Amino acid sequence: MGNKKFYLLAFLNCLCLISFAQDANSLLQKIRDRLNKVNDYEATGVMKTNVSFLKVPEAQVQVFFKKPDKLKIKNEHGISLVPKGAVSFSLNNLLKGNYTVLDAGTEMMGSVKLRVIKLLPVDDNADIVLSTFYIDEAKLLVMKAKTTTRESGTYEVEMSYGKYAAEALPDKVVFTFNTKDYKLPKGITFDYDDGTKKKTETHGESSKGKVEIDYSSYILNKGLPDSVFK
Amino acid sequence: MFRLLQIELFKIFKRPRTYISFGAIAAMILIIQLGLKFDGKSYLQLLMSGISDSFIIPYDMILNGYLVAFVILNTLLIQVPLLIALVAGDVVAGEANMGTLRLLVTKPVSRTELMLAKFGASVVYTVLLLIWMAILALFLSMLFFGTNDMLIARNDVMEQISKNDILWRYVAAFGYAAVALSTVAALAFLLSVFADNSIGPIVSTISIVVVLTILSEMKIPLYDNTVKPYLFTSHMLAWKGFFYSKVDNEGEAIRGSIENLPAILRSLGILFSYIILFVTVAIISFRKKDILS
Repeated sequence: MGNKKFYLLAFLNCLCLISFAQDANSLLQKIRDRLNKVNDYEATGVMKTNVSFLKVPEAQVQVFFKKPDKLKIKNEHGISLVPKGAVSFSLNNLLKGNYTVLDAGTEMMGSVKLRVIKLLPVDDNADIVLSTFYIDEAKLLVMKAKTTTRESGTYEVEMSYGKYAAEALPDKVVFTFNTKDYKLPKGITFDYDDGTKKKTETHGESSKGKVEIDYSSYILNKGLPDSVFK
Repeated sequence: MFRLLQIELFKIFKRPRTYISFGAIAAMILIIQLGLKFDGKSYLQLLMSGISDSFIIPYDMILNGYLVAFVILNTLLIQVPLLIALVAGDVVAGEANMGTLRLLVTKPVSRTELMLAKFGASVVYTVLLLIWMAILALFLSMLFFGTNDMLIARNDVMEQISKNDILWRYVAAFGYAAVALSTVAALAFLLSVFADNSIGPIVSTISIVVVLTILSEMKIPLYDNTVKPYLFTSHMLAWKGFFYSKVDNEGEAIRGSIENLPAILRSLGILFSYIILFVTVAIISFRKKDILS
């Protein structure tokens, strides 16, 4: 009798996990379908960079996207240093390929309850080790995504939506990434020492960089040539 | 006084050695520009090696006229004091060597006026050399390499300045460099009073500048806190301070700002103090001097 109860519980548990997994899969599929409606876009916005060793003014940028995974950030009026991961870290890019979907329950972001879904790539040699999506189920929007890579550590992207929520395009993106300690090779330049104490490099918080893009407008599905992304 | 200055300038620009400096600066600038034109990317890769792992670096945009001018100034403003000494160390000692100094002091002008005119002529030469440098290093580079935002690699941080926020910084930096190099001119001028030929003051000035520059750049706490703040060579690099911006609370560079203006003004004050000290000592010594040559 005891054995029967155990098997029954185990069966129900499996059924439950499978149904959750299916839910997670169908949720991802709905998001993917929504993202697929946008073939390309050209967006304008303001990019702010906050990295401990960079002193960069805010920049007016143009962001170009083309399906399946082409993304380019351009500063028409000057130079913009774009984190390497930011270009490859689009949602379309993260959702492509084969992976195992794991439902990791729910988490609160402010007052919003988000569904947490983890993606494990099937390919053992893939650079991405794990991606975690935080999804607003009611609105079918990815609010946050976190990716751990073999080479470049962990990336995190947080999105807030407004005018273009129907197309799942964010009004604001905050991209957080790992940075290595910066040090100029010795003998390159004589720096001016004004006598102020230099801040000492601390590990942990200071090794995180942040890039924020506030989008002001999107032009959707107008057809972008591949030459834009060269 | 103005007439005296004109005469001194005429003497300086009559000598062929004066033009060596202009020729040397032109040659050095063109060599650097050519090198960067054909292999600037290698230099930038070294410069950006600290951030190239994390960021996409648009090398072709970074290598622009403003950056090239900065690289040139960074290199040349260490060498230019030697060229300044070549002329300023000669203004009094050269005349003593030629035997014209005794004749000169018999003229109906005071020795103080004579010395001020000679130092004034050295400063005019210094400023003209800097203008020549600005034309070649900045404007020629802008023509050859175009313009864009400027990225400056410091020891512990990388600065980006918007292209419409750069030119005024160069004007300020050249102005500051004029004062810094006038300090060297004042030193050479002072040493020139004590010599009967120009080799001594020129070599002495170069030696002093080299020794003090090494002392200024050595990171030894004993010197950092005692001698270094008072050496004029420690303050000669403050022109770079005009290219360092303040940041806001979010870590963004603020356009049109200077990171530490009081420190630059303090450095400027120290350089002016040295100029006044050197010139005053030179005038007092010259007034008391028995001119036998």
